[in-house]
Amino acid sequence: MSFLDVKDLKIHFPTDDGLVKSVDGLSFGVERGKTLGIVGESGSGKSVTSLGILGLHKGGRARLSGEIWLDGEELIGASTEHVRSLRGKKMAMIFQDPLSSMHPYYTVGQQIIEAYRIHNDVSKQVARKHAVDMLGRVGIPEPARRVDSYPHEFSGGMRQRAMIAMALSCDPELLIADEPTTALDVTVQAQILDLMRDLQREFNSALIIITHDLGVVAELSDDILVMYGGKCVEYGSAEDVFYRPEHPYTWGLLGSMPRLDREPTERLLPIKGSPPSLINVPPGCAFHPRCPYAERTGDKATTEVPALAETEGGHLVRCHMSREERRGLWENEIKPVLETQ
Amino acid sequence: MLTYIIRRLIGAFAMLVVISMVTFGIFYVVPQWAGATPEAMASRYVGRAATPETVHLVAERLGFYDPVVVQYGNFVKGLFAGAQYDYGAGVEHCPAPCFGYSFITGQPVWPDLLDRLPVTFSLAIGAALIWVVAGVAVGVLSALRRGSFFDRLTMGTALAGVSLPIFFTGMISLVVFSYGLGWTPPGGAWTDFSENPAEWAYNLLLPWITLAFLFAATYARLTRAGMLETMGEDYIRTARAKGLRERQVVVKHGLRATLTPILTLFGIDFGLLIGGAILTETTYTLPGLGQYAILAIRTQDMPQVMGVVLVAAMFVVIASLVVDLLYAVVDPRVRLS
Amino acid sequence: MSENEPLLSVQNMEKHFPVTKGLFKRQVGAVKAVDGISFDVFKGETLGLVGESGCGKSTTGRLVTRLLEPTAGKIVFEGQDISHMGQGRLRPLRRDMQMIFQDPYSSLNPRHTVGAIVGAPYRIQGVKTENGVKKAVQDILELVGLNPEHYNRYPHEFSGGQRQRIGIARTLALKPKLIIADEPVSALDVSIQAQVVNLLEDLQKELDLTYVVIAHDLSVVRHISDRVAVMYLGKIVEVADRKSLYSVPMHPYTNALMSAVPVPDPKVRKDRDRIRLKGDVPSPLNPPPACRFHTRCWKAQDICKKVEPPLAQMAEGHQVACHFPENAPELPAAETAAKTG
Repeated sequence: MSFLDVKDLKIHFPTDDGLVKSVDGLSFGVERGKTLGIVGESGSGKSVTSLGILGLHKGGRARLSGEIWLDGEELIGASTEHVRSLRGKKMAMIFQDPLSSMHPYYTVGQQIIEAYRIHNDVSKQVARKHAVDMLGRVGIPEPARRVDSYPHEFSGGMRQRAMIAMALSCDPELLIADEPTTALDVTVQAQILDLMRDLQREFNSALIIITHDLGVVAELSDDILVMYGGKCVEYGSAEDVFYRPEHPYTWGLLGSMPRLDREPTERLLPIKGSPPSLINVPPGCAFHPRCPYAERTGDKATTEVPALAETEGGHLVRCHMSREERRGLWENEIKPVLETQ
Repeated sequence: MLTYIIRRLIGAFAMLVVISMVTFGIFYVVPQWAGATPEAMASRYVGRAATPETVHLVAERLGFYDPVVVQYGNFVKGLFAGAQYDYGAGVEHCPAPCFGYSFITGQPVWPDLLDRLPVTFSLAIGAALIWVVAGVAVGVLSALRRGSFFDRLTMGTALAGVSLPIFFTGMISLVVFSYGLGWTPPGGAWTDFSENPAEWAYNLLLPWITLAFLFAATYARLTRAGMLETMGEDYIRTARAKGLRERQVVVKHGLRATLTPILTLFGIDFGLLIGGAILTETTYTLPGLGQYAILAIRTQDMPQVMGVVLVAAMFVVIASLVVDLLYAVVDPRVRLS
Repeated sequence: MSENEPLLSVQNMEKHFPVTKGLFKRQVGAVKAVDGISFDVFKGETLGLVGESGCGKSTTGRLVTRLLEPTAGKIVFEGQDISHMGQGRLRPLRRDMQMIFQDPYSSLNPRHTVGAIVGAPYRIQGVKTENGVKKAVQDILELVGLNPEHYNRYPHEFSGGQRQRIGIARTLALKPKLIIADEPVSALDVSIQAQVVNLLEDLQKELDLTYVVIAHDLSVVRHISDRVAVMYLGKIVEVADRKSLYSVPMHPYTNALMSAVPVPDPKVRKDRDRIRLKGDVPSPLNPPPACRFHTRCWKAQDICKKVEPPLAQMAEGHQVACHFPENAPELPAAETAAKTG
């Protein structure tokens, strides 16, 4: 069993318009010192997954099922008080927008001190020293002075560093970062990604990074999970997903991205249509209305949900096409077009 | 920060000057424009039976023949330095701040106002305490249990509270609690705090609750709305992600941000109230500023009316000044600008 | 207007927003959002404006469409100086110059139907159409890939990508010559971005459009542009045709920017030579003197703090504002050094 082991996780929200299956049967694992990248577009259920692990999903009406094992402890069946005591200590989270995610009325130091003192019975002075120390470790210059600044007095990059300092203050073993660099400038994004990589090595924590940006995933991840319509459609090592992808949606994502590291093509290869709304996921394979190969599998595409099946060595794909068919398409049709880029 | 305070102070002072001009204009200049002769205005002081010579003399001594600017100057001077009124029979000194003499009683206005102030102040402070505590508590609980029976019950009551006028709720509670059950004293009871604090509170209990009910309703609704918004903020999610207990999330993170806009409203409401809770004071016949204002208006006693208006306006200006400064303490983002 | 004359020419354009302070709202400084930039846009080409937050790229877009009035300098559109033209005289020119905005949610009035939104330019400009406004609008809807029968629907009934198409349809209604697109795809999902990029390219060919594309995403800008201008703190630091800018970037900032973009290739992260800038972009309220990049530049020398480098021609069609450019051909670099040293 992995350090974090999620089995058949379902998070459903009953609404007036019907049942929203934000996460619908997700399984994955992350080891200490390893990074899992969860990739998906808006409405794929990637953020709800992370909130669900921490027990932060909104609304008392949400229906959670499945198992979440953290270091040998099951969390879905655990009491809310117990999950709370783990939050911030054993598992912590970094959010997308550091400005709105920090309280505007408290100094950065006060917020870190608070996070530390929830789980550590220490005096304010000790906690303050720790906060200064943490700010220094995430690369904030003059931490002893900046500890008394308010979030709005920080620049975007500094704020995200402070958020990271806050999340790491209790030395968590699982860190979840939800779009940690989306709100940042590109040069600052690079700094933050470097910082996260270095800190992970230092703290040896399990890291889950959630993003829509394949570039960010490639920078950090050991394993990658591609989500679509609340389900995992492809799951494997970073090499599997980038060099031997087998799901048409993954191909589509790769073809949609203009890339700096290759010669530009005449045209991008977009996926037709838009991501589905979670309230109305297409029947059968959720991707079939946008899939250029849906006709190959006939009625099955619209009537039967394909199983997430292993193709080779822990590489999982959810597709009706046969393994040979998918590999053939990738080698002969998709890869040559992408490679000329 | 210092410039912020100075700018606010200057703003408040300018506001008071404008208010004094407008008040002076309404009570002394507009009647003259409307055709009232200096004699007509002076006759208010001496009664209808006086001879034209007396009226003319008084008008002259009161400065009604002077240009408007000079009259305003004398008025302001009276406020700050006091004034001398020469009635022919002798010189009367009206000490600062001089709001003039009542038409009716012949007494200076200011000591009267000073007498009335403690009553209104007691009423406002007690009611404010009750409505803030009750309103905010109910608002927070309703927001946290949105859609529950408690939420619907309190919000329904709050709607009633906002829509029912004070003279109605006041009369009903007088009839029920004072005359019916005899739990509270009948209207008009007033004991000074320094004499007997217990009786002071006992006498004011019903007016407090009646007045607080109206405001608590508004504050509960506002707190609920603000709380619902705040609890959806990203930083609340962060607070939870730290592992904070829900109660601390609500109080330390949610309430703190929700209360800031309510603070502004409170300052202004409180300032207005010190200027006289007219309906409540009238309903319970409490000898406060509001009742004084009503009497003054009824008897058309201009100096009295003007005195009340100026004092009330001053409280509103001071209250909003205090709120602005407090705001900077509460919300660090304000200090920057 | 001859063939070689630019459609849009910007000369030493400046926009300073005053900053006031103290009791009497004295002006104590200015945010130099755009501080003396010059560029030309030729008919049929796409100029990309790229930079991080605060570099002035959006202000530039608003200035050339005259949604803002420049503090100094000249904007010439089709040979006409429009820098300080009044709104009345600008109105007929607005037909020829349109803007596409970033957010397809807030830039469409939710209470108007698609037909009303796309048809509004006709009414405002009083343009007569052959078969009525409705027919004209439906033709445009079809052109941007929307169903013409959706004429009577409201914006909220469309997905993000479709809304951006509506926004594009609106700008096309009056057959403009120049389109300024401010972050046209950054609010969209990856798979939708590619659709919109392709659409913009198709429309350009079909309607002979000229684009100025403002974006922070270097990959998107490279894909869509013929020439690219890189901005930093209100200045253009480098302009070149796409190929030479991306293959031989000369300004250190351009190099750093490109190095910072995460590459969707897990192997690259290990063996890539990175340039990491320190800190965030300084505030445009108080930009560093002389070369504005010197505070973050690893090549900065004393001269960079004292003398502002001019935007100088380093190679054919390649201008750079730097004392110590990278990848520069030997001769011009030596010349600049001699000139400035």
